Parts: sequence; C-alpha cells; structure tokens
Amino acid sequence: MKLSSEELEVLSILEENHRIPVEDIALMVNSSVEDVNAVIKKLEDEKVIVSYPALIDWSKVAGKENIVAMIDVKVTPKRGVGFDEVAERIYRFPEVTSLYLMSGAYDLSITIEGKTMSEIARFVSEKLSTIDNVISTTTHFMLKKYKHDGVIFGENNERDHRMVVSP
Amino acid sequence: MMKEHQHYLSEMVKELKPSGIRKFFDLAASMKGVISLGVGEPDFVTPWSIREAAILSLEEGFTSYTANPGLLELRQEITTYLNKRFGVQYNPVDQVIVTAGASQAIDLSFRAILNPGDEVLIIEPAFVSYAPLVTLAGGVPIPVSTHPSNGFKLTAEQIENAISSRTKAILLCSPNNPTGTYLNKEELTNIAAVVEKHDLLVVSDEIYAELTYDDEYTSFASIEGMYERTILINGFSKGFAMTGWRLGFLAAPPSFTEQMVKILQYTTMCAPHMLQHGAIEALRNTYHEVESMRRSYRRRRNFIVQSLNNIGLDCHTPGGAFYVFPSIKKTGLTSEQFAEQLLLAEKVAVVPGSAFGESGEGYVRCSYATSLEQLQEAMKRIKRFVDSLEMKKSQTEELYTNN
Repeated sequence: MKLSSEELEVLSILEENHRIPVEDIALMVNSSVEDVNAVIKKLEDEKVIVSYPALIDWSKVAGKENIVAMIDVKVTPKRGVGFDEVAERIYRFPEVTSLYLMSGAYDLSITIEGKTMSEIARFVSEKLSTIDNVISTTTHFMLKKYKHDGVIFGENNERDHRMVVSP
Repeated sequence: MMKEHQHYLSEMVKELKPSGIRKFFDLAASMKGVISLGVGEPDFVTPWSIREAAILSLEEGFTSYTANPGLLELRQEITTYLNKRFGVQYNPVDQVIVTAGASQAIDLSFRAILNPGDEVLIIEPAFVSYAPLVTLAGGVPIPVSTHPSNGFKLTAEQIENAISSRTKAILLCSPNNPTGTYLNKEELTNIAAVVEKHDLLVVSDEIYAELTYDDEYTSFASIEGMYERTILINGFSKGFAMTGWRLGFLAAPPSFTEQMVKILQYTTMCAPHMLQHGAIEALRNTYHEVESMRRSYRRRRNFIVQSLNNIGLDCHTPGGAFYVFPSIKKTGLTSEQFAEQLLLAEKVAVVPGSAFGESGEGYVRCSYATSLEQLQEAMKRIKRFVDSLEMKKSQTEELYTNN
C-alpha cells in the first residue's frame, strides 16, 4: 500500500508518541484537524496502525515483575501450510508475547512472559513440546532489559548539556 | 610604574561590541525552570556511530597533528559530499581546509581577502560574529538590512545600494541565522549578477544547508560563474549535530586556500585529529541520521510557526535552519523589553532580534531545536504573556477613556 507523504509523516509522529494531540499533529504536518483525523482513521482501518500500547518497564513496579524467556523452536513444516499452522497454534497462547519465523539454525522464535520460572517451564514441557511438529526447543531466560523497541530502559543520562542561550 | 590595564589593550579590540546575546544569557542562566528557545544549536546529541569513531580513534592513539588543512581522507570525503550533495567539484588536495568550526573558516576567509579599509556587506539580521570578524581582519563591515515584507530575503537592489568603490565581498548566509530565511536558485542567480557586475567575492556560509525544508538546497558556488568568486563555508555543527566538536570546513579556488593554509599553520596548526576521524564517519555512514533530524525539525517548524501566528505574533515560514523570527511590534515593546519581560514573567527565553542588527528590532528569535513537549509548553506560556500584555493595554485604554 502506497502512502502519501502526509500519511507517512503522521505515522512517524504517532510511532514516536501517540499521545500528541491531533491539533498539534495537524500543525506539524500543515494540515487541518479533520484531515489528520481522516488519515488516522484510514490507517487504523487498513490495520497499518495496529494498536497503541504503552511501553512499560514492569521491572520497576513491585509485585509486577515478569519473567521473560525467548525460546528457539525447531519445527517440521507441514505440506501445504508450511509453518503457518503450527505458528497459529503457538501464538494463540496469551503468554506468548511475540512470535517470528526465522532463518538459520531454528525456525520459530517465541518470546514468552510468565510470573514464575515454573510457569514458563510448564508452558514449554506441557504445551509447546507436545505440539506434533515441534522437534526441539531451547529456552533462554532474559536477565535484564537494556533496550526495547528502540527505547533505552533505565535512567536516561543523556541530559541537555547545552547553554541556555547561545548565538 | 604600570598604567591602568586599559592602556595596554588594542583599541580595535576595545571597540568591539560585546555580543548582544551575552547579557541576556547571564540573566537566563541565573533562573531556574526556564524553557529556552534561545539555543542556537541542535537538541540532538551527535549520532552514536560518529562519537564511537572518535572514541576508537583515541583508543588507537591518533593523538598527533594532522596535515594543516586536515586529514586527506577527510578532505576526500568532504569533496565527495560537496559534489554529491550540491553538485560542486573541488580538489581535496589543494581546495579544502578543515577548520575549528565554520567560524574559523569565516575568519580565515576575511583575513585572506581583506586589505585595510576593504568593505564587506553583512546581510542583516545577521549572525553576531560576522561583523566583528571583518573588523578584526582590518576590513569594514557594511550592514545591509533586509525586510520582513518579503521574508527577509536579500534582493539585488539592496546590494546595489550598499556597494561602494571599496566593497570587496558579500557575506551570504542561507538559510540565515536568525531569520531562517532561505534563498533559492533564482534568488541566488539575481545576486550573482550583481556580484559579477561589481567584481565581488562571496563568502557563503552554508552551515545550515542540510536544514532546508521545502526546496533542494542550492550552493552559491554552483551558480553559473560564481565558483571562482566563492569561498564556500560549511561544517558538521548543525546538520550532523556536532556543535561542540568545533569542526567546519571551507572550499575555494586554490589560490585562496593556499594563503589561508598559511594563516591556519601559524594560528591553530590543524583541527583535532581524533575528531576528524569522527567527521569521516559522519560523512561516510550517517547521512540517514541527518535526514531523520531534518524531518523532526521540519515538523517542529510547522508547529511553532502556526502556533505563533495563532497567538497573534506575525511569523513568516522560514525555509531553513531551526529559527523562527516572529514580529513582536504589536505588543508595543522593544525586542529587548519583550524578551526580558517574557523571561521574568513566564520563564521562556528567546533572543531579542536587536542582537542581530538594527533591522532585527521588533522581532525575537525563537529556536525550535528543543523537544516538542517543551515547545508546547513554551507556546502556552507565550500566549499567556501576550494575552496579559493586551489585557494591560486595554485596561489602560479604558482608564484613559473613563477619565
């Protein structure tokens, strides 16, 4: 789908921060509020804009820390449907937060979140490994999140070092 | 017995006016919670790969001098860049000099071309250091005022009116600091005709070239017949967000650069070695970052121009740089009064237009090189300030009519 330069601008502004008021977006792209609303509606309808989640650092919230694991999965693809059928079986589990088909040593890359290690272990042994076409799984637990979706976690030490007024 | 220190100082230096920005800086710096629209540099930190290249260069021990005009490898990158980006061809061996910021490049230019008493036309409103640099080089700066009626664009007629038998050169700056005004190819061509007619040189400060938002940038050196008359000044500060690195460059006919290299040799020797490695990385691999910063500035420009106009401060849409130059004449205040009262009342720092020459009076310079959140808040505060001025005005008027 080919987008106009205004549509691309709106997308790029929303990708950075979707809480900017439509009025301000209109000013930034030299357009009217109605037009920007129409552009956003169109992009939502076309599922170009999929959703507007907030990026939350749950590790900072007491009692809300999650355990995250990435699982490499080897799969025998099935005639006719390839990897899609087994992928669908896997991504329907709500604890699976992302799923990608990969090139290289394994086929599917799963990110999964759980409250405890045993919760994740249970998912791997009871749900994932028992799926027909799954040959093997390798589970890596995530120890610390430095950067996610282009955003650096933790303290922001890139303060503004500039002088207040300069020529 | 020693006399007063003043006695020993150079008359020329004593007569230099301190920058009009300085006073304002002291006031703004003493306050807390100030939103500054007074900053003349990008709000981006230098892209990491450039910083990383300079760090690596230090780790590998590149701590020696370089050739006076800079590393040949960097000069080659510069000529490739100038050719690809602006369609102008220079020989990296004898036509390019890497300097400590574009400011040093301008200084070298004036020192190389001016004889005592030679006049240089400075297009005002202008960056604060042009005129003093002319004076320090023994020349005479002649201010040429531009007008808001055509968005502060310099016209051939304005130059004609200022030319005398002593005129040696024009300093052009497009996009301009403080007005953001950009001159397109046609406008530059008109200026070129006057330059040719009066046999002038042009020192073309193109430091904001990467920050033009509506047209493809035209370098003055690319205008027909102007290559031989132009000293092209550019650098890394604005486009690549590298102000603190103090790295600029100039490109010019070899007979000019040959003389300038001598001055450089005896003054600063060369630009810092490790930083030049950062600049090589900048030109080689980070142009996409320049583009992304440009897009970000463009959005903010649109936002601030329309917001200021909505507030009632007339503001033309500048084609480049990261400044807008709204008129504050409506408020009845001078630009210094406006800037000072706004700072004290609402803690927003803008720079009085008068700091950039007489024709800047009645205007203030607002830099939008600051986060959108800060700009949003600044616009709210400026609106509140302007509204309060109007309220005061109508109250006094009422008082007068009642009496």
